[in-house]
Amino acid sequence: MLFLNNIWLIPLLPALGATIMFFFGRRLQKSSVNAVCVGVVALAFLFACGSVLQYNTWADANNHQPFQKILYTWLGTDTGHMNYMTKGGTQAAFQADAGFLLDPLSSIWLLFVTGVGMLIHIYSTGYMAHEGGYYRFFGYMNLFMFSMLTLILANNYVLMFVGWEGVGLCSYLLIGFYFHRKSASDAANKAFIVNRIGDAGFLLGMFFIAWYFGSLRYVDVNHLARSGQFQIGDPIITAATLLLFVGACGKSAQLPLYVWLPDAMEGPTPVSALIHAATMVTAGVYMVARSNALFVLAPTSMKVVAIVGALTAIFAASIGLVQNDIKRVLAYSTVSQLGYMFLALGVGAFAAGVFHVFTHAFFKALLFLGAGSVIHAMSGEQDMRNMGDLRGRIPTTYWTMFIATLAIAGIPPFAGFFSKDEILWQTWTSEGGAYRILWGIGYLTALMTAFYMFRLIYLTFFSKPRMSHEVEHHIHESPSSMTMPLVVLAVMSLFAGFLGWPHSLGGSDRFARYLDPVFARGEAKVLIEEGKAGQLAAGEKEEEHTNPVEYALMGLSVLAAIVGWMAASRFYKEADKGYAEPIDAAAPAVYNTLLNKYYVDEGYDYAFTGRRKLGGVRLGVMGLGEGSSWFDSHIIDGAVNAAGWITRVAASFSSWWDKWIIDGIGVNGPPIVARMLSYPARLFEWGLVQWYALVMTAGLVGFVFYYVYR
Amino acid sequence: MLHISTLHYLVLGAALFLLGVIGVLTRRNVVIVLMSIELILNAVNLNLVAFSRYWQSIHGPNALHGQIFAIFVITDAAAEAAVGLGILIAFFRNKETVNVDEVNLLKW
Repeated sequence: MLFLNNIWLIPLLPALGATIMFFFGRRLQKSSVNAVCVGVVALAFLFACGSVLQYNTWADANNHQPFQKILYTWLGTDTGHMNYMTKGGTQAAFQADAGFLLDPLSSIWLLFVTGVGMLIHIYSTGYMAHEGGYYRFFGYMNLFMFSMLTLILANNYVLMFVGWEGVGLCSYLLIGFYFHRKSASDAANKAFIVNRIGDAGFLLGMFFIAWYFGSLRYVDVNHLARSGQFQIGDPIITAATLLLFVGACGKSAQLPLYVWLPDAMEGPTPVSALIHAATMVTAGVYMVARSNALFVLAPTSMKVVAIVGALTAIFAASIGLVQNDIKRVLAYSTVSQLGYMFLALGVGAFAAGVFHVFTHAFFKALLFLGAGSVIHAMSGEQDMRNMGDLRGRIPTTYWTMFIATLAIAGIPPFAGFFSKDEILWQTWTSEGGAYRILWGIGYLTALMTAFYMFRLIYLTFFSKPRMSHEVEHHIHESPSSMTMPLVVLAVMSLFAGFLGWPHSLGGSDRFARYLDPVFARGEAKVLIEEGKAGQLAAGEKEEEHTNPVEYALMGLSVLAAIVGWMAASRFYKEADKGYAEPIDAAAPAVYNTLLNKYYVDEGYDYAFTGRRKLGGVRLGVMGLGEGSSWFDSHIIDGAVNAAGWITRVAASFSSWWDKWIIDGIGVNGPPIVARMLSYPARLFEWGLVQWYALVMTAGLVGFVFYYVYR
Repeated sequence: MLHISTLHYLVLGAALFLLGVIGVLTRRNVVIVLMSIELILNAVNLNLVAFSRYWQSIHGPNALHGQIFAIFVITDAAAEAAVGLGILIAFFRNKETVNVDEVNLLKW
């Protein structure tokens, strides 16, 4: 139990690294920075492996319960200083532990976050070698690892929120890493502010949970939610889950809050790989999966999740079709894949969604790191129109990225095939009816995904060289510190899918079985028998899905991948300078709409940010900005000024009164009277010798006259 | 030849006294004031001596009380002049002036 009992060390190790960078980083050599920052993450990874192994043995002996390690009460007290009344009318203490929880769900996140994180740290030592602020970069990366691990390992919503905000902060810091570039600092602000909207939803959802369940610990909430005392479709649970999903939308870049993620590509490429592809953006999926007990009680929320996920998937994929910046294609691809994950969650296939997170972490991190390697080779060029024919010159990057592309496109037996196919199948079987439309959307997205990914591959590694001679001269393969992580991730992209080898292909879907305790499929079954939760059926039907329809659908999705591949090959394989975009040739209007990302950013500028005026009116947040500005400058400031004016008048009267009445009559009056009255007396004490002599003489003369003329 | 009677001395004494008083009351210089006081004292001396002569003519040559008083006054004047000039010097050291109207430390 060495590892399990000290599980709090896992987030603490990267925190230690970040602290060292904060205080001493500036004075350290690059090699020392590498040793500390990569070292702590590697240690955290080893510790995580140990913990998960120990947990698996422990869980077998303990009825597959989650393992909790509560260090102390962090927020509130046990003595009831922060009591509140729950909806049920009982007293509950607002209280959160500094506590850690390990169960299969957090185990999976823990492993790939530390594992992929470690590889990306190693990669960064090569990628960032010639950048300024080296220690700052690694300090932020370590801080991010700390926050992410806190988010994953928390045993209650409040501590999760701490990690949630921490990763948001680190995302902000790392997107704005090149802060001297205006576009980077703008992108950082955008990411932070858009995330804030989601965070507000998360907070409100959290308060709903606290109010309704009287606790914020997952264990307590899940226990109550599964106890059967709540109706399916309970309005408060629906509200709470919808609000939580708003938070997930912000963090995981779903419609309509996805706008920050493509801009986040302003950060260094390893950051895009770690934060904006593999780990942080899956936090929303984690949170929804973690709250699965609540979501299954709210079919409306599930529908919303599924629909938003499906729409995001196709929306982002269609934009990705025409983007020219290599990192932007991958960014939209990430948004699209995250949409897939939410689609899976929304149809009740939690395990399939988590499985896709898991496989996606490897191949998307690999794609980003590969793109970084390409950019590195191209002396900083990111525009695919100026690339081409790189496969022979940077072979390792080419091969690894090609594997990742096969994985994301869903070509068997690469990882993406298993997870994506599982999601599509679960969507098909979940409820039928309108849900088939969601399947159709997912299927189209798969086709688009294959097309834009192979477009990227062909434009970058095949076709004719389109770069300038100078750039061409400098092309070189990246150092081994960068290619080694690529190879490891490529191996994972190839094999990670085997963990979820489905029954229909003779496997046992071990990944989903491993997650069973988290999603409480046994208890869900009861609800299904009562006919209460249609979506839950999806998980149960896995058992039966060795039927012809599944093979047909599987064949269809492989067909989609191959069609996408072939189309990309046909249009881009021989692309030379000034090549034609097929969509532009067929429908220029569509092409321009896609190229301009459906003008969403512009629309937001009109509607929310107030950066653009609509007919001379600056709307701000739907006019709230302008309105509240007017209200502020006229009503609030008017009231302030009025209060100031009244005070000034009163003060000047008071000053006049003080000066003339109090000082004049009250204070100075008596002395003046006294002085006047004392004047005769003063004559005798004039102070002048000669005056005394005069008085004396006058007195003498007086006496003389008195006696003489008496 | 004009006989000089006691009355003449008395008139002279009164005139000197008046001059002294006017000097004391009007002059600002302390030295002049002291000198004026001398005038007053000597006017008194003149009176004393004049009355002493008049007293001798009635009671015989041994009636010298007035002249003895005059000698007392002269002694007293010398002492007074010494003290007065001492004060004057001390005052001058402090205020660098000998004007009596600037001696107003006691003025309220």
